[in-house]
Amino acid sequence: MAMRSPLVLVAMLAACEGAPSYLQGRGYVADREATLGWVLLAIASAVVVVIAILVLGATFRRRPPGGDLIREGGGMRWIVIGAIIVPSVILLGTTIYSTVVLARVARPAAKPSIVVQVIGHRWWWEVRYPGTSPAEAFATANEIHIPVHQPVQLELSSADVIHSFWIPQLAGKMDLIPGQTNVTWIEADTAGAYRGQCGEYCGLQHAGMRMSVVADSPAEFTRWLQAQRQGAAAPAADLAAAGEQVFQRSACAVCHTVRGSEAGGAVGPDLTHFASRATLAAGVLPNTQGNLAGWVANPQGIKPGVIMPAVPLRPADLHAVIAYLQALK
Amino acid sequence: MATVASPASDLALHERLLEHWETRPGLFGVFGTVDHKTIGKRYLVTAFVFLILGGIEASIMRLQLAHGDLRLVTPEEYNQLFTLHGATMIFWYASPVLSGFSNYLWPLLIGARDMAFPRLNAYSYWTFLLSGVFLYSSLLVGQAPDGGWFAYVPMTRAEFSPGLNLDFYALALILLTISTTAGAINFIVTVFKLRAPGMSINRIPILMWGTTTTSFAALFALPSLTVACVMLYLDRRFGTRFFDAAGGGHPLLWQHLFWIFGHPWVYIVVLPAMGIVSDALPTFCRRPLVAYTVVALATVTTGILGFGVWVHHMFATGLAPLAISFFSAASFAITIPSAIAVFAWIATIWHGRPVIRTPFLFMAGFIVLFVIGGVSGVATAAASFDQQLTDTYFVVAHIHYVLIGINLFPVAAGLYYWFPKMTGKLMDERLGRWNFWTMFVGFNLGFFPMHISGLLGMPRRIYTYPSGIGWDTVNLITTVGAFLFAVGVLLLVINVVRSRLRGAPAGPNPWDGPTLEWATSSPPPPYNFAVIPTVGSRHPLWEKRLEESGRSVLDEGPTLEAEKTTLETSPLDGQLTDVLHMPEDTLYPVLHALALMATFYGLLVRSTWLSVAGAVLVLALTIGWLWPTARALEEA
Ligand code: HEC
Ligand SMILES: [Cu+2]
Repeated sequence: MAMRSPLVLVAMLAACEGAPSYLQGRGYVADREATLGWVLLAIASAVVVVIAILVLGATFRRRPPGGDLIREGGGMRWIVIGAIIVPSVILLGTTIYSTVVLARVARPAAKPSIVVQVIGHRWWWEVRYPGTSPAEAFATANEIHIPVHQPVQLELSSADVIHSFWIPQLAGKMDLIPGQTNVTWIEADTAGAYRGQCGEYCGLQHAGMRMSVVADSPAEFTRWLQAQRQGAAAPAADLAAAGEQVFQRSACAVCHTVRGSEAGGAVGPDLTHFASRATLAAGVLPNTQGNLAGWVANPQGIKPGVIMPAVPLRPADLHAVIAYLQALK
Repeated sequence: MATVASPASDLALHERLLEHWETRPGLFGVFGTVDHKTIGKRYLVTAFVFLILGGIEASIMRLQLAHGDLRLVTPEEYNQLFTLHGATMIFWYASPVLSGFSNYLWPLLIGARDMAFPRLNAYSYWTFLLSGVFLYSSLLVGQAPDGGWFAYVPMTRAEFSPGLNLDFYALALILLTISTTAGAINFIVTVFKLRAPGMSINRIPILMWGTTTTSFAALFALPSLTVACVMLYLDRRFGTRFFDAAGGGHPLLWQHLFWIFGHPWVYIVVLPAMGIVSDALPTFCRRPLVAYTVVALATVTTGILGFGVWVHHMFATGLAPLAISFFSAASFAITIPSAIAVFAWIATIWHGRPVIRTPFLFMAGFIVLFVIGGVSGVATAAASFDQQLTDTYFVVAHIHYVLIGINLFPVAAGLYYWFPKMTGKLMDERLGRWNFWTMFVGFNLGFFPMHISGLLGMPRRIYTYPSGIGWDTVNLITTVGAFLFAVGVLLLVINVVRSRLRGAPAGPNPWDGPTLEWATSSPPPPYNFAVIPTVGSRHPLWEKRLEESGRSVLDEGPTLEAEKTTLETSPLDGQLTDVLHMPEDTLYPVLHALALMATFYGLLVRSTWLSVAGAVLVLALTIGWLWPTARALEEA
């Protein structure tokens, strides 16, 4: 088992393309961490194999037959070479290598021009783009867009307990800690959507605190930014307009903000452009009509313990609210 | 002083010694005994009960995780399960089980009649047991701790966790630290004062180096945990704001306090286990341990370095890269002393003539698991890679290779090795081999794939995961392996129980072991040795055949039969300095522990009445316990 480990590992990693493995980096930081990781795992596997062979060899090597107890003496060479010289060389090498990586990924070569503020909530992510002026600033949730090939500065803080920001294929973790703001950065080198998840146990729905980072081409990213800065357009269809009424009247508006409408709650995610997001409930479900209806009707069934309550709505009202939310493009 | 030279088989002597040392039968004896052998066995059995409880919790979790999106337990139940599992295994199994071995073995290893403070020893046991009962009583009210075994604030402050869950956690841990502190003091005084004449400090078994090191480590590390738990309790119940950022406190204060304790604790639960291997392996290699002195020094060095690496649990908290690289380098460096032990064991096998019996299998398997757990630890020492690894299943794999590989496997080896001494019966060898192979295969099948799920990005402490993103198969394998492993542990328990009832008689020294415990009968008489031996070398029972220069004397010497006494010797050279009177059996320890527990229940439910009554009782019992005996007054 132990000896086959490196092979097993490679085989299993190859078989699991879909998994967010940090051994397959897609960003500046993760790439370097992944290379370091592969080197460490290779050394580790080699050490395990050598030791396993030594244990087997020591046990089963041929010996002159018979005899009573063996006198002390001999063996110091094993310690000097095996336990002191060889490991010191390896450890010194890896210490230097890993320190170099740490220094290289600590901050980007140039100061990032884009800043994203991420605020951890139980159990979702508030995402703010302050822009260069208050007029440009807007908030969204659970889905972060960045331009590919550009460093983006992340300012991480928490509204309640400790969470950890983690997009395995872009960079290692950085905690969101109440009372302090941790600054880190990411840079994607391939366009695409990257799955992430809260990396520090944060209570009941820690498992359901997921998110994604979407790396867009610069043009797409600019389009996205401009769209997000706008408030929500007034709903065109009657059903959606009726839904807006329901939303404003019922508890929804107490907790959620829809910019451009009267809803200004700050307990839950900003829903201004909710329909533009690919997932629902902090990355737990694809954002489809069916899932959305299930969520609004009974959030506790999907994320037991979640802060959003089931708001009692008549079926027709529910139907209308869903239409409204789906119109928030 | 009675320095009668007398043959050990003298029946009259036996009778006279029994009179002083035998525990009276009946309830008083059960609750009042201070015999280290009884206490040691109780520690072992109790720790195994906790191991099984923790194992049941783990099994439920493994069923839930066998596939994505399963709903066997609710998130609330799952969080309680993994918190109880972690706390149980780390605090109520891994360390106490080693205390069990040490309590049972130490006086036998050093030719003494008991530990230095037998009543304190009983007290350590009772507080350990009752702290565990206290913890598990949380299940009766459905509010078991749910903050993870390291209970990070502010999630565990009353704001976010209003129930009793974390009060159980904080108070049970404080109770346990009382037990562990008392135990540590006892070990330290015993090793430095009670060794048989001639047993200089460089002649003690490595297990004793391990436990002595961890006892010192515990004395320095535990206050940090105690303080953290007291502060947590005060924050929760008295509205202090030690950990509240908005009130001028800081959440990271908890993490520093916890890990300043927590990392040394990792060594506390492995160093004595490594000592078990260093002492038992030579018996099965038919030669002394290679490089005894270096291994002893490496043990102490590990204990010291263990205090310099706590920040490697906090690489993702936003500390400055310079601080991180310092702790990262220290974490790399701590590998060297462990490597020394590994190569000493391999060299001992290589230059020996191995006899492959069950204990040997467990020890050889352990060496490989130790190295896997070691190198995965080295991977986490690389700070920037650790920012990926931390809080993923890779770390879960690592801690299990450490805790099961470096603790449970040596513990199993130690049980097979010393069971004949403890019971006078041999364990079944055939079942033993089945036992080893199911545990070894099950363990690797169950826990090796956790490295992979971790590398595939699976975080720890999630009650479920989406199926279809590549995590299902590895998790299913893990679950199957974990259950196979559980069967292995069950075989161990079955073998112990069966051999206890029907094992073949063992005789005093079934393995032809070299150290003092094998010089007395199996099981040893209540007074351990009829004649206190004089020690002339590290291997009193082998020295003639090894043609060593030292000469131990085992059947002639002081018999100390007039009173309940044992010898006191000097800390380093082991020269006779005095004769110590040893205390009689007493109910004070168990009553004191019960009163303390009552006080803690008072604090738990915030009943001033119960807390104060308990505290007064504790005080009264302390006074009663310490009340000078007639003899002490005479001597004063
Ligand atoms: C008590 C406050 C509260 C109320 C009332 C409330 N919500 Fe929520 N809502 C939340 C919180 C908190 C979340 C984040 C849940 C999570 O993912 O953990 C949320 C999430 C959502 C989401 C998913 C957002 C995303 O991007 O994942 C939608 C959609 C939503 N709410 C719609 C509604 C509607 C419609 C109503 C009224 C029927 C409503 N909410 C009422 C607090 C509330
Ligand atoms: Cu979180």
